[in-house]
Amino acid sequence: MELTSLTIPELRQKLQSGELRSREIIDQLAARVEAVDPKLKAYLHLDADKARAAADTANTALPLGGVPIAIKDVINVEGDPCTCASKILQGYTAPYDATVITKLREAGAVLFGRTNMDEFAMGSSTENSSWGITRNPWDLDRIPGGSSGGSAAAVGGHEAFAALGTDTGGSIRQPAALCSCVGLKPTYGRISRYGMVAFASSLDQIGTFTKTTEEAALLLEIISGHDPRDNTSIDRPVPKYTASLGQGVKGLKLGVPKEYFIEGIDSEVEKAVRAAIEEYKRQGAEIVEVSLPHTQYAVAVYYIIATAECSANLARFDGVRYGKRAQNPKDILDMYGRTRAEGFGAEVKRRIILGTYVLSSGYYDAYYNRAQKVRHMIAEDFRLAFEKCDALLTPTSPTPAFKIGERTQDPLQMYLADIFTIAVNLAGICGVSIPCGFTSNKLPIGLQIIGPKWGEETMLRVAHTYEQATPWHKEKPPI
Amino acid sequence: MADPVPSSESIDVTYVADLARLRLSPDEIATFQKQLADVLGYVSQLTEVDVSHVSLLGDAELKNRLRTDEVQPSLSVERALANAPKQENNLFVVPRMIE
Repeated sequence: MELTSLTIPELRQKLQSGELRSREIIDQLAARVEAVDPKLKAYLHLDADKARAAADTANTALPLGGVPIAIKDVINVEGDPCTCASKILQGYTAPYDATVITKLREAGAVLFGRTNMDEFAMGSSTENSSWGITRNPWDLDRIPGGSSGGSAAAVGGHEAFAALGTDTGGSIRQPAALCSCVGLKPTYGRISRYGMVAFASSLDQIGTFTKTTEEAALLLEIISGHDPRDNTSIDRPVPKYTASLGQGVKGLKLGVPKEYFIEGIDSEVEKAVRAAIEEYKRQGAEIVEVSLPHTQYAVAVYYIIATAECSANLARFDGVRYGKRAQNPKDILDMYGRTRAEGFGAEVKRRIILGTYVLSSGYYDAYYNRAQKVRHMIAEDFRLAFEKCDALLTPTSPTPAFKIGERTQDPLQMYLADIFTIAVNLAGICGVSIPCGFTSNKLPIGLQIIGPKWGEETMLRVAHTYEQATPWHKEKPPI
Repeated sequence: MADPVPSSESIDVTYVADLARLRLSPDEIATFQKQLADVLGYVSQLTEVDVSHVSLLGDAELKNRLRTDEVQPSLSVERALANAPKQENNLFVVPRMIE
C-alpha cells in the first residue's frame, strides 16, 4: 500500500517502531502533491522545506508527533499566507497562530500546506475561490463541494492525511460527502475560533477532514477545549473521544427525520442512505421515525442570518490595517468603496449586499428578527427529536458532486446544496459525514449522523460502527 | 405575523451598496438586483411561520465570562503593522478625513 493511503494510527505505528521517519512522510506526501495537485488544485500554498524542517525536530512520542496536517486558508498560521481565497488578502502574512494551530503544534503535528476554499468560506463548490477551481478527486469534471473543497479534495485525493476546515452551513460535511472523507463539525463552542477569519459568528465552527472516524476522534480531542481568547468556546471537559469508539450501537435509538427524504433528492443517494439505515438495524440499533417540522425553512433562515453576520464581519476589510488598498484614493470613502470593490469577488459582494439590506432600517424586524425566531423553532425541533433518540441519520447532500459551472449562474440553486447540513449549524449541534457508498458512475455518497449538543461521543460511536461494517472508506480515488 | 415583507422591486441595490461601502459597477447592480430578488422571494416563505410565541431572550446556558482587566502579552506594534498598506511613526496612514 502506498504510504499516502495510510491512516494516522498506521503512520504513528511506523514512526514509533522506527520503520519510518517523519521526513520520509513529508517527502512522499510532497511527491504525491507534485504528481496530483496540478490536476486537483487543492493547495494554495505549500512550503515543503519548512515542513521537512519541522518534521526533523518532531517528537514522535506525542499524539500527532511527525504527522502532517493541511490547513484551510481561513485559519492563521504564523508566517504563512492566509488569504481566505480572496484578492483582498493577497500578500497578507499571518502574524500569529490560531489556537487550533498552537494545539496541533503542541501535539507534535507538522503543518503542511494551505488548502483552497470558496472566498471567505462563502459557497458550496469552491468555485468562488479567487485563485482557481479545485477539482473532485473522483471525477475531475466535477466540484469537490465547499466551502472547504481544498481540504476535502486533499484528504479524499490522498494528498493530505488530515486537514482542518470550517463549517458555517455544511462547509465541512458537504465536501467530505462529495470527496469520500469523514468530515466532522463539532458542537458550537467545542473548539476555539481564535485566529480563524470570521464569516458568520453565530454559526462558524472549526472541524476536521480525515479518512476514518478514529482519526476524527483523535484530532477532536486534541483541538477541543475552552480558550480565554475566544469567549464563545465553552469551558467543558474534553472527553477522550477515541475511547468512545468500538462499543457498537446495540441499545441505541437512531432517528430518521422524515423531512430529509424529500422530492428532489437523488435516487442513488436515497438508496445508499436507506441501505445504511438497514445496516444499523443489523448492527442492533433501534430505528425510530422522527419529525423536524421546520426543516424546510432552514435555508431561508440561514441566508438571512449568515449574510447579516457576514456584512458586519467583513466590514474590517477596508484597506486600512491589512490586505489590499485601492491605488490613489481621492478620499477615505473612495478608498473604502474601491478597495472593497476590487478586493471582493461576486458572491462575497452579493452576500454583503443581502446582509446589509436585511439589517437596514425598516427591514430588520421583517427579516433578521423573524429569521432568529424561526431559528429558535428549528433548534426546538432537534431538542424534541433527541428526547426520542440518541442520534439522527440523514443524507449529507441531496445529490452527488455536480459538474463544474453547472450552478454558478444561479445562486439560489447553489444555496440548496446545503439543504441537509444547514439546520445543524442553526441549532448549534454536532454532525459528521461518513462515506456510505458510490453512485453507478462512482461518485461518493455521504451519510450524515447528527448528535445533540455535546453529543460527539455517541455520534462518533455510531459513525465508527457503520464504518467498521462497510468497505467504503477504504476505496481509493482513481487519481 | 404582521411584519411587512417588502416586494422585490423595492430593493435599492445602489443605496445598500453605499451603506456597505462597496462600489458596484452598473452591470453588477443589474445582476444583483435580479439575483437578490430571487433570494428574497425564496426567503419570504418565512412569513408562513407563526412566530408569535417565540421570545428571543437568549439561551439560559449562556453566562457572562468576566476576567480581570490586566495587561497581557500581545502582538508587538511592529507585527501589528507588518501587513499595513501604508504606515508611518507606528501609525496606520489613511487619506485625510477632516478638512
